[in-house]
Formats: sequence, structure tokens, C-alpha cells
Amino acid sequence: MKYSFLTGSIALSLLVACTQSPTGPLPVLGVPHLSPSGDTVEYAIPDFGFTDQDSQAVTQATVAGKIVVADFFFTYCPSICPKMKEQLVRVYEKFQADDRIVILSHTIDPAHDSVATLREYASALGVESRRWHFLTGERDSLHAMAKHYMISAAVEASAPGGYIHSGAFILLDPQRRVRGYYDGTSAEEVDKLMRDIGRLLDEKP
Amino acid sequence: MKNPDRKGITLRAVLSFGWPVLLIGALFLIRYGLDQQAPAGQRLYVQHCQNCHLEQGQGLRGIIPPLAGADYLRLHTDQLPCIIRQGQQGAIVVNGRTYNRPMPGNNTLTPAEITSLIQYIQGAWGNDLPKTSFQQVSQALETCPLPNP
Repeated sequence: MKYSFLTGSIALSLLVACTQSPTGPLPVLGVPHLSPSGDTVEYAIPDFGFTDQDSQAVTQATVAGKIVVADFFFTYCPSICPKMKEQLVRVYEKFQADDRIVILSHTIDPAHDSVATLREYASALGVESRRWHFLTGERDSLHAMAKHYMISAAVEASAPGGYIHSGAFILLDPQRRVRGYYDGTSAEEVDKLMRDIGRLLDEKP
Repeated sequence: MKNPDRKGITLRAVLSFGWPVLLIGALFLIRYGLDQQAPAGQRLYVQHCQNCHLEQGQGLRGIIPPLAGADYLRLHTDQLPCIIRQGQQGAIVVNGRTYNRPMPGNNTLTPAEITSLIQYIQGAWGNDLPKTSFQQVSQALETCPLPNP
């Protein structure tokens, strides 16, 4: 009894140590799976194919070896999107000169948010496509992508604008592993995101 | 006359122990009663406008026009009630910059609420504009460009 209590305490303190460590590497999020050969493989965002505001194809190759900040939105969204975009502009401006970082903003309403609409939006925001891709494509693929990012995006007639979606910014490392979630409407959380990008940049590949 | 001093004792008790109660009551009245107008406008702003025009009325770059320091408020004062109620379509120029994204209307707001909202915006974030009256708002709402629902 005493022995099991002791091991329990040690396990608990290790768990706390691992999850709270502020200086160690960022955690790798998502459930790992076993490869056919029996190796443990960490969760990573699968391959994708969308089109950005300049009609350029954006795929896994576009972001290969880069740190990604991703979010989901729609251009006429009257709820949390302007706040999120205001915060994402801060991230963009901070890392504008660094080609190791790229932002992917996925629309969840491609029927409305065409390439032309996204181009007009990006231009009104005053950002360039090399650093910040606004993505459109098949609606089902975009919504499936939100699931791969482990966040919610869905049609909801009663919601303002007709969609509900998470206000999260998701941080991916160069291997497309999920390394953090941040509330995109909170300046403090976005400060943390920018610090965490710095920590990822310091990681040895 | 069972107790001639009774009245005097009661008065003295109120004067010595009751005044903190009266003071707190008066403070509550000042905080939540008399000062109702300004918080109402602010509350409506947070509820209906702040998601897009943001906390300091700063707007969002070329997407959403600012309200803080916006010349549009001064140049188009008469149109504000209908814009709030029916929304805004097409290009507008605010402080020399063109904005061309639709603003949704708020057709559940009453004339009194629209008045509170406009008056709040006219005095918030460094704005110091003459306040539009309830009467002016009501008149403007009668001649909005779109039919009222």
C-alpha cells in the first residue's frame, strides 16, 4: 500500500514536471500511432492541397521545413474574426522578415470566400502572400482540415454569420507536429505564441 | 404614554447606526442608478459593435473602419441611426481611406438604444462630438433608405 502510494506520487510529480516545465521543449500534441513496423509515430497534420489569394497552390510542400501558425475563419465573420485577425497581424509583423515562418488562414466558407474575395481581404489587411496564405478550396476538405488540427468548425444556422468555429491559433513545427494552441482573441495568449515560436526556432532539427 | 422617550431613542439610533446604511445606499444609487445612461451605451457597444470595431474603436486596418477619431461621425451624423439599424453596403471613405465591406444591421435595437449607442461613440476614445438627441435619432429612423422590417 505504502509502496504503491510512493510510486503514484513519483509518477504524479513526473507528470506535473513534464507538463509544466517552462524551459524544456514544447510538448508534441495529439495521439501517436504505431507504424506497421511497430514504431511509435507522433501525430502530424496530413498532406493537403488548397489555393491561396494569388491563385497559387499551397500544399505540404509549401510549408516543408517551416514553422506554421494556422487558423480558421471567414471573411464576413461578425463574431470573433476581426479580433483574431488583429492579433494575427501582430504575429505577421513580428516575423515578417523571417522566411522560416508562414501563416495559413483557412476559410470555412469557400462558397463565399473565393480567391478574389480572399485577395481583396488580404490586400485590405495589407499583408503579402509569401508570408500569409489565405486558403480556399473544397469545403469538405477545409472542414476535414479543421478536424486534423483538432479544432471545431461547423455550419450553425443560428450563429452570427452561419458558422461556428474555434478562435484558436495552432502552432506547427517544421515536421507539421502540433506544438501549441492559443486563444486568438487574447493578446496575452498571442504573446505566448510568439515566445513559443522563438522556442521552436531554437530547437535543433 | 407608555414610553415618552421612545421616539427620541429611535431617531438617535438611526443617526448613530443608520448613516452607514444610507451612505452605502446613496453610493449604489450613484453607481447603478443615476449613472445609467453612459454604461447603457457602452454595454450596447460591447454587445453589438465591439467584435468588429474592437475595444478602443480602432477598427481593423483596411477591413473595418475606425470609430475613434473618425471624421465620418462628424460628416455623416444624420445617417448614423440608419447605418446602425440597417447596416452599411458599398464603399465609404473614413479619414481618407476607402472601406468596402458590408456592415450587418441591428434591426432589433430601439430608438432609445440607438441613441445611447451613438452618444457613447460620440464621447468615447477621445471623441468629443456634440451628442445626437433621442428626437434626432427618432426622426432619422423614419426616413431610412431601406424599408423598416
